[in-house]
Amino acid sequence: MKCNKEIVELMHQYLDGDITRDAEQRLRSHLQSCEACQKHFQELKRTVALVTANIELKPSKDFTSNVMAGLPKEKKRMTAKRWMKLHPMLTAAAIFFILMFSGIFSAWNQDQQLSYPKGQNLIVENDTVIVPEDVVIEDDLEIKNASVKVEGEVQGDLILINGENLSASAGKIAGEIKEVDQVFNWMWYKLKDLVESVFSLD
Amino acid sequence: MIEEKIKHNIKLVKKGDQSAFEDIVAYYQNKVFAICFRMIGNKQEAEDIAQEAFIRAYLNIQSFDENRKFSTWLYRIATNLTIDRIRKKKPDYYLDAEIKGTDGLNLYAQLPAEQALPEEEVESLEMQSYIQNEIMQLPAKYRSIIALRFLDELSLKEISEILEIPVGTVKTRIHRGREALRKRLRHV
Repeated sequence: MKCNKEIVELMHQYLDGDITRDAEQRLRSHLQSCEACQKHFQELKRTVALVTANIELKPSKDFTSNVMAGLPKEKKRMTAKRWMKLHPMLTAAAIFFILMFSGIFSAWNQDQQLSYPKGQNLIVENDTVIVPEDVVIEDDLEIKNASVKVEGEVQGDLILINGENLSASAGKIAGEIKEVDQVFNWMWYKLKDLVESVFSLD
Repeated sequence: MIEEKIKHNIKLVKKGDQSAFEDIVAYYQNKVFAICFRMIGNKQEAEDIAQEAFIRAYLNIQSFDENRKFSTWLYRIATNLTIDRIRKKKPDYYLDAEIKGTDGLNLYAQLPAEQALPEEEVESLEMQSYIQNEIMQLPAKYRSIIALRFLDELSLKEISEILEIPVGTVKTRIHRGREALRKRLRHV
């Protein structure tokens, strides 16, 4: 009844998909003639089917989240990196604004010193620039970070950045008085200045 | 398609992107869990080990060679962890024992023989636990082979890579394991 081991070995090779055509032929012809081996072969196939078939082996539903919770904390840098990847437009806009504002603010901060046109016989007294009575300024007068007192005459505009006009009525200002004391006003003024200088044709 | 996505995600994880690991876990969790379960025979323990396997894979992702198959690497971690757990669990008397015959009487052996079960019942829980119980009677080294061979239809070569044993040994163990299970399950 027991067939030789070789046939059983061939059955396993067949089930492993690891059999030569020649050997398979031998197995087939033997199985046709041997009932015991046929039974053995059927049992093997059935065993494989039982062990393989319909395995509803599934872990619990929160398996993945449990694993994720068990991982070491990710570096902050990575979270930011991922955010940037997900929002490239926002990132570009943010970088643009950061650069722009840092540029503007540093320019603004550099401008904190008192400045006034030199060589025009102006007098400076405790953060106040005085245009003496006998002085006539033919151009615009631009004063930064100081108050101004006009006792003489300014034929152009008087532009005050971060300062006050303390002029008595005695003084004469032919043009406009522009007071700029906010960073945005200052920006606006600079911008206007730039545009004017670009488009002025003289 | 999915293979490509997994490959891409592994690259991201290597760069430090933790969230990319989630898809990898979701994709392989059933397989890894099933392999662990087949070997250890207990759902809770299998789940613990499978989770640990994924965490280990994450921690050691830098040592994974992207030219190789990720599943092979992952399953090796899982089987090694399970084998460790089986060894620690208790002095497992059948760990290296030869396969026992079907002579031993047990609860299941008292089931009426030759009773044909309808297909639905094959899928039933009792049936599954019966089969699992029979698998648990085999030595651990056969269980790991059976888990890998019959759950994921892995090739002999892949199994040899996962378990780090020669292909010839894999073949022998598959044959013996299958033969042993045939004896145990012939009456089902």
